[in-house]
Amino acid sequence: MADDAIRCDACPVLCYIKPGRTGSCDRYANADGQLVRLDPHVVLERAVSRGDTVVPFLEKSREWDGALVSGEETFVTAIGAGTTYPDYKPAPFIISSEVAGVDMVTVVTEGIFSYCGVKLKIDTDRHLGAECSTILAQGEAVGHVTTSEYGSQMLSLGGVRHLTGGSRHEGTATCDTLLNLCNGKVVELKIENGATVIVQAEEAPIVDGVQEERMRVGCGSATIGMFAKQWFGKVDEVVVVDDHITGVFSEHQAGKLLGVPESGIAMKGRRSTPGRYFRVAEPGTSWGGTNIDDPLSILGPFDREVAKPGLRLLMVSTTGEHYAYFELDDALHPVEKDLPAALRESVARIRENCEPALCTVLFMGGAGGSLRAGVTENPVKLTHSVRDALTRVTCGGAPVYVWPGGGITIMADVSRMPENAFGYVPTPALVAPIEFTLKMSDYATLGGYMDHVRPLSSINRDEESRRRLAARPDNPWPLASEKNER
Amino acid sequence: MNHRAQIRLLPDGRRLHMQDGPIDVILEAFGAPSEIEVAYRAAAACFGGVLDELCGELEFLRRPACKDAALPSGAIARRMLAAVRPYASHTFVTPMAAVAGAVAEDLLDAMISAAKLSRAYVNDGGDIALHLQTGERFVVGLVERPDQASLFGTTTIESCDPIRGIATSGWRGRSFSLGIADAVTVLAGTAAMADAAATVVANAVDLPGHPRIGRVRACDLAPDSDLGERLVTQSVGELAPGEIGDALEAGGRIAEALCGSGLIRAAALNLQGETRVIGAGWSQLVEISVCDRSMVHA
Repeated sequence: MADDAIRCDACPVLCYIKPGRTGSCDRYANADGQLVRLDPHVVLERAVSRGDTVVPFLEKSREWDGALVSGEETFVTAIGAGTTYPDYKPAPFIISSEVAGVDMVTVVTEGIFSYCGVKLKIDTDRHLGAECSTILAQGEAVGHVTTSEYGSQMLSLGGVRHLTGGSRHEGTATCDTLLNLCNGKVVELKIENGATVIVQAEEAPIVDGVQEERMRVGCGSATIGMFAKQWFGKVDEVVVVDDHITGVFSEHQAGKLLGVPESGIAMKGRRSTPGRYFRVAEPGTSWGGTNIDDPLSILGPFDREVAKPGLRLLMVSTTGEHYAYFELDDALHPVEKDLPAALRESVARIRENCEPALCTVLFMGGAGGSLRAGVTENPVKLTHSVRDALTRVTCGGAPVYVWPGGGITIMADVSRMPENAFGYVPTPALVAPIEFTLKMSDYATLGGYMDHVRPLSSINRDEESRRRLAARPDNPWPLASEKNER
Repeated sequence: MNHRAQIRLLPDGRRLHMQDGPIDVILEAFGAPSEIEVAYRAAAACFGGVLDELCGELEFLRRPACKDAALPSGAIARRMLAAVRPYASHTFVTPMAAVAGAVAEDLLDAMISAAKLSRAYVNDGGDIALHLQTGERFVVGLVERPDQASLFGTTTIESCDPIRGIATSGWRGRSFSLGIADAVTVLAGTAAMADAAATVVANAVDLPGHPRIGRVRACDLAPDSDLGERLVTQSVGELAPGEIGDALEAGGRIAEALCGSGLIRAAALNLQGETRVIGAGWSQLVEISVCDRSMVHA
């Protein structure tokens, strides 16, 4: 039974593990009734890259030489750097450190972004609200529903119009919502004439009180396309049950290309294009998001002219959660049998390809003229330098995507930034860290504040006020050269 | 040595990482290289038997501690029971509340009885046992949320301080908590004492019946949890400043009582960015040195 806990025998603790949970070690889990091994990780020691390289125990016992980290091992982020808004002064920290013999400069500032917002991706197939619907937080308009993407709904929050273009309350609610989302906190959003969603970066969305678990692998038709080759020869007919589009292997383009013969199957629902059916059943919480518990209830009788006794039929849902295997008897009635080993793998693979549903938060903001003036006397030169890839932009050490075109408009995944990296000013506007890293010589060329450049060692000296964090292993090192990213 | 245990030096070549089932330990010894090697070998030899020894008495260790219970046979199990006994008549607690600290102590003992070390620590998933020779000290970082690697302060422990154990407990950690603290860090005489106390104090940081706190029966999450049908915290929504204060106050009262009775020396309670520090002399012990956001928020 899919609901049952399983006994893990990996160690003598012998945990009973419920589906979707891990054992007390956090290393073994129950994935739909199967005991699976998760990636190894070290609690609290995030400094060590996850699943760190194995060093043979005591084979070459090295004594700690007492050396402190060298310059290029430390990167100063802009978090807590403060800002010199309106930025006619040089940025608070302009730091030099030597990397591979080349003097690098990092200009560190906290930017005040009144032109900023959040792009929110919510992994769900549920209907959250119509496109362009207003999104409310604390009763104020803070954004709108934008496009649906594959298995996800995109929301656009913030922007200058909500931050400073509306009422005071609207601005404050918007700023608060953006701040909380960017700092990884829980936020409740109400979509006009739609759902209420509880979101948090890197956590599963909760839509109208129901937590999303996993994304489906694709619609029923897409699933046929993805697995057709793996089924070919092992089964005569496959129906992928889906509330949206149910797929039928022998009729689907993918089956046709492989030369799968007609099976004589008769589907209920409305045929869209060959092998694709709408509304085989009503929406629900059972097979593939439909309301059916008996998969045969969406089939009519097999065509006596075409179907043959012994025909092998697999029915499976888009998450692989539900499946059943049948063979036709002499009267062409499907009789349920055990799933053959040859098909088990493909069902498991459907499950394996259903990723956990998450909310992901991208901060988006533009480094305006005045912020750039904190870096150089001639702000447009900084833009050009970023364009020419001479200057690397990071947000709290996290990589950013710089939009093509004019200005320096960036997007950054807030979950890759240190916690509480964002602040706000009552303008209202968000305060976000932003760092520009470039070669010392390039900095001089673009009119940098050379007399304000401080060596990294001078920053380390006031240790008290600095928060030292381990670098995230999944972020490229901001000071690394492009070819030698660590 | 059992075949499951993984023992290896971390890439820095200094620290030893040992893992077996749910036990995950990082330790480091300081002294002459030959002594460090002896200490690490002793720790590794001791570690191989730890999990089997504990599991042999798991049923007993998962039952509520009571004042006149028979003594378990294993040395670690005895440390666990001794650490939770003081709480047995006041609150629900099982010896499992001190398992990590007791394991850390046991491994530390194995090292310092085998080798001459100036300092050593054994960090068992955040519960830490310390060894300090006269005149030595450790600087320890404090984490606000156990699930995120970021320090909110540091504390320096000198050899003359009556502190050899540090433990942190909270609902975001690996173990279930009955309370809502993000993290409660306790300094105490031994790691097992700190571990038991951190669990008890973290359980007390709470707002019973609050609608934004998600609670689930422990047995619904892990059928064999020692917490049985007790409700464990699974989510904590944003709380009003007054509510945060109330919850910290509830935990703070317990921590103060424990300080008064000498069971712990100090505690730092964390909830949604607010910190309450309990314990005389803690102001000298702990330096809360976050980057100051107040200017930005002004």
